[in-house]
Amino acid sequence: MKYSYFPGCTLKNKAVDLDHYARVSAEALGFELEEISEWQCCGGVYPLGTDEIATKLASVRALNDAKEHGQDLVTVCSACHHVIKRVNDDMKNVDDIRTRANNYMKLDEPYAGETTVLHYLEVLRDRVGFDELKKKVVKPLTGKKIGAYYGCLLLRPGKLMAFDDPENPTIMEDFIRAIGAEPVIYPYRNECCGGYISLKEEDMSKNMCRKIEESAAGFGADMLITACPLCMYNLNKNNGGNLPVYYFTELLAEALGLKEEVDEQ
Amino acid sequence: MQRIGVFVCHCGTNIAATVDVKKVVEMALHEPGVVHAEDYAYMCSEAGQELIHKAIKEKHLTGLVVCSCSPRMHETTFRNAAEKAGLNPYMVEIANIREHCSWIHKDIEEATEKAVILMRAAVAKVNLDAPLKPGESRVTKRALVIGGGIAGIQTALDIAEAGYPVDIVEKTPSIGGRMSQLDKTFPTLDCSSCILTPKMGEVNAHPLINIYTYSEVESVSGFVGDFTVEIRKKARSVDMNKCTGCGVCQEKCPSKKTPSEFNRGLNTRSAIYTPFAQAVPNVPVIDRDACIKFKTGKCGICSKVCQAGAIDYDQIDEIVTEKYGAIVVATGFDMIKLDKYDEYAYSQSKDVITSLELERIMNAAGPTGGHLERLSDGKAPKEMVFIQCVGSRCADNRGKSYCSKICCMYTAKHAMLIRDKYPDTNVTVFYIDVRTPGKNFDEFYRRAVEDYGVNYIKGQVGKVIPQPNGKLLVQGADLLDNKQILKEADMVVLAAAIEPNPDVRKIATMLTASIDTNNFLTEAHAKLRPVESPTAGIFLSGVCQGPKDIPETVSQAGAAAVKAIGLLAKDKLLTNPCTAHSDELLCNGCSQCANVCPYGAITYEDKEVNDHGVRETRRIAVVNDALCQGCGACTVTCPSGAMDLQGFSNRQILAEVDAICR
Repeated sequence: MKYSYFPGCTLKNKAVDLDHYARVSAEALGFELEEISEWQCCGGVYPLGTDEIATKLASVRALNDAKEHGQDLVTVCSACHHVIKRVNDDMKNVDDIRTRANNYMKLDEPYAGETTVLHYLEVLRDRVGFDELKKKVVKPLTGKKIGAYYGCLLLRPGKLMAFDDPENPTIMEDFIRAIGAEPVIYPYRNECCGGYISLKEEDMSKNMCRKIEESAAGFGADMLITACPLCMYNLNKNNGGNLPVYYFTELLAEALGLKEEVDEQ
Repeated sequence: MQRIGVFVCHCGTNIAATVDVKKVVEMALHEPGVVHAEDYAYMCSEAGQELIHKAIKEKHLTGLVVCSCSPRMHETTFRNAAEKAGLNPYMVEIANIREHCSWIHKDIEEATEKAVILMRAAVAKVNLDAPLKPGESRVTKRALVIGGGIAGIQTALDIAEAGYPVDIVEKTPSIGGRMSQLDKTFPTLDCSSCILTPKMGEVNAHPLINIYTYSEVESVSGFVGDFTVEIRKKARSVDMNKCTGCGVCQEKCPSKKTPSEFNRGLNTRSAIYTPFAQAVPNVPVIDRDACIKFKTGKCGICSKVCQAGAIDYDQIDEIVTEKYGAIVVATGFDMIKLDKYDEYAYSQSKDVITSLELERIMNAAGPTGGHLERLSDGKAPKEMVFIQCVGSRCADNRGKSYCSKICCMYTAKHAMLIRDKYPDTNVTVFYIDVRTPGKNFDEFYRRAVEDYGVNYIKGQVGKVIPQPNGKLLVQGADLLDNKQILKEADMVVLAAAIEPNPDVRKIATMLTASIDTNNFLTEAHAKLRPVESPTAGIFLSGVCQGPKDIPETVSQAGAAAVKAIGLLAKDKLLTNPCTAHSDELLCNGCSQCANVCPYGAITYEDKEVNDHGVRETRRIAVVNDALCQGCGACTVTCPSGAMDLQGFSNRQILAEVDAICR
């Protein structure tokens, strides 16, 4: 199975690990991520302004590219996923935005939200299947107690993202079980890390991250996993090194026995 | 040719403000057959009916069109008025220019045009009306009550006291319903069992009341006054006549791990069980899914220890068929599932409970023997937080749009009881509004606040956060203080919304009784006929019709009983003459009408017919007038146009359509 792949800027720089581990794991699991050519930055934040469409065009371009290739669009970064999925919903359901974006794009055939947007975790759950993944694990992470950190972008707005139950998600816990480790359920796993507020009000973000980490550690987690580079940044910056944070793809690659291979590259 | 009178009602300003009634009168006079037309402020009033009476007499009218409200409202009124003046009541047609016109339009010109069209269609129909005479049907003087909670118990007692036999069908092994699970009742704080169990005993002992517990309604056929109901008596595996209720079987039963339904799963019960000590009847049932004997064939201990020899593993379900004149639905409610409200951590922490669970915890016969304690570690809570409106008054589709009505009061009750019994325990209640519209209700709530020091905070809770140390953090908003609150609690109690018993859909379908989008049974009229279903002979008692507390339920149960008694007291009922008939010369016996008839009113007969001089025997549809409800399904299905409905004939319907399209 071939998917159109939108890595996003951070995965080309700071979060290059997230990207590499995702690609090699995909190959091992039997699907291919075909990077969209000349993709542009999603903007990092879903633009709430309904009168401004320029900030949505990067997403529309990527979505339309996937449509033209007849492929579903896969993202790994939570922020990119959030932005692209919501813009896709606009293109499908908001007449005004769709009309104006298409006027601007001048495509051969107008884009109307036809592309299915999937997060990498959704591919694992819905296309590969966690049972199938479990079978391919060669180095199970037995004994590791892992707290899934969802953050907010993957889950909310719940109806629109339709990713998992925003109040009691299970997808990352199921992933953790599939790679042989033990999930630790703690109440702050779906709370916000502060996001970009860390640039303006560092203390606020610090306070939010501290709560997340104390709660996870309190319930017995040895480490956290995330799908979001910004969450990773905030958590790492604020935790004083007490609780290591990994991208879920790194642990996936490790369980599939591919970590060394990537690290050598 | 008919001589038709058209009467246009203003309904105060309900109609007249949007419809030019004078114009409707003027236009009516141009319609074929119309010899008289007039308007009046309130046509349904005494004076309005007098106008109709006078016009019939003076103008020798043979048919009437009343342009007014829905026929559901006043068709009977105007038919009776016509009959008094010597006209056949079925010569009256209603043009609904209120609900179908004035209430839904704003523009006077448009609304008037539509009112004229509706009038015109009704006139066209009256022109083809023929006098009809209702038949008679008998009334079976026995009532069925579905549901054995306080609503069903009260209705059954009231009907039986009037001298009519009643059967109660209850799904669970005992009557008593939700009320039997409650500890105390507001606003008087009397013990629920103390006021309920005598009623349960009374029902059990009443010579005219027969109780089918562990039973379900299987099918319903027939119509008002003459229902035939099949009741499935599920195999109890215990002989009701032999069992003495000694309880030894329950004590000795080795399978004791099934969550107790009665205690909301907070503890377990044996496989052979009565739901609670005061169960009526005091005869256990064997839960075959949990019983070792049924699962493995080995065990049989209950049978060995039963002195009375009442255990019967070979018992099978039994179907009882009974006839009833009236059916009362009293199927009650349950609390909603909280799986969509995981922000309150109900599934994550044992110390987050529902109000009904707290009710069991507070009860002396409950899982903790009446001691208020945390289910996680058995410790007494020092800080309790109550969260109101969990799933009630919910704007999105996670919960219910309605107010569950009872939660404000029972939460005040819980708060007060806890403060009274455990003065060291602090109680905080998060609320959207406190609603106390009932006799002595607000006084009760004020007592909780003023005398018992319960801390009420206006605002909702966003999240309940279990802490590694076992405590719960409640994150909410205080809207009056305009600040965020983070409060540590030992226990959190959720006032979950109530919803109609899920079985009600199935039952409503069997009864052809309508239900609303929330699965509450619909009443015939929201204000004027609140305990009757639009389906004749079906009455509503208790929460199956809408959220209500015990006093309201008991009042409504009594009202439903009175309505049922009013029906049972009649010897005969007039039947609807608007029934279907098949034209034997057109019918080809294809069976399609019988297939669509929801009442089983159509059968086939081999009949000799004379078709243009050719005599032959044909298979022909025959309609049973007593069963036909005049729904018209057969008339639209019949491919040869043989089926026709009296009062709504194919010619009449087409004449109406023609009049509308003219």
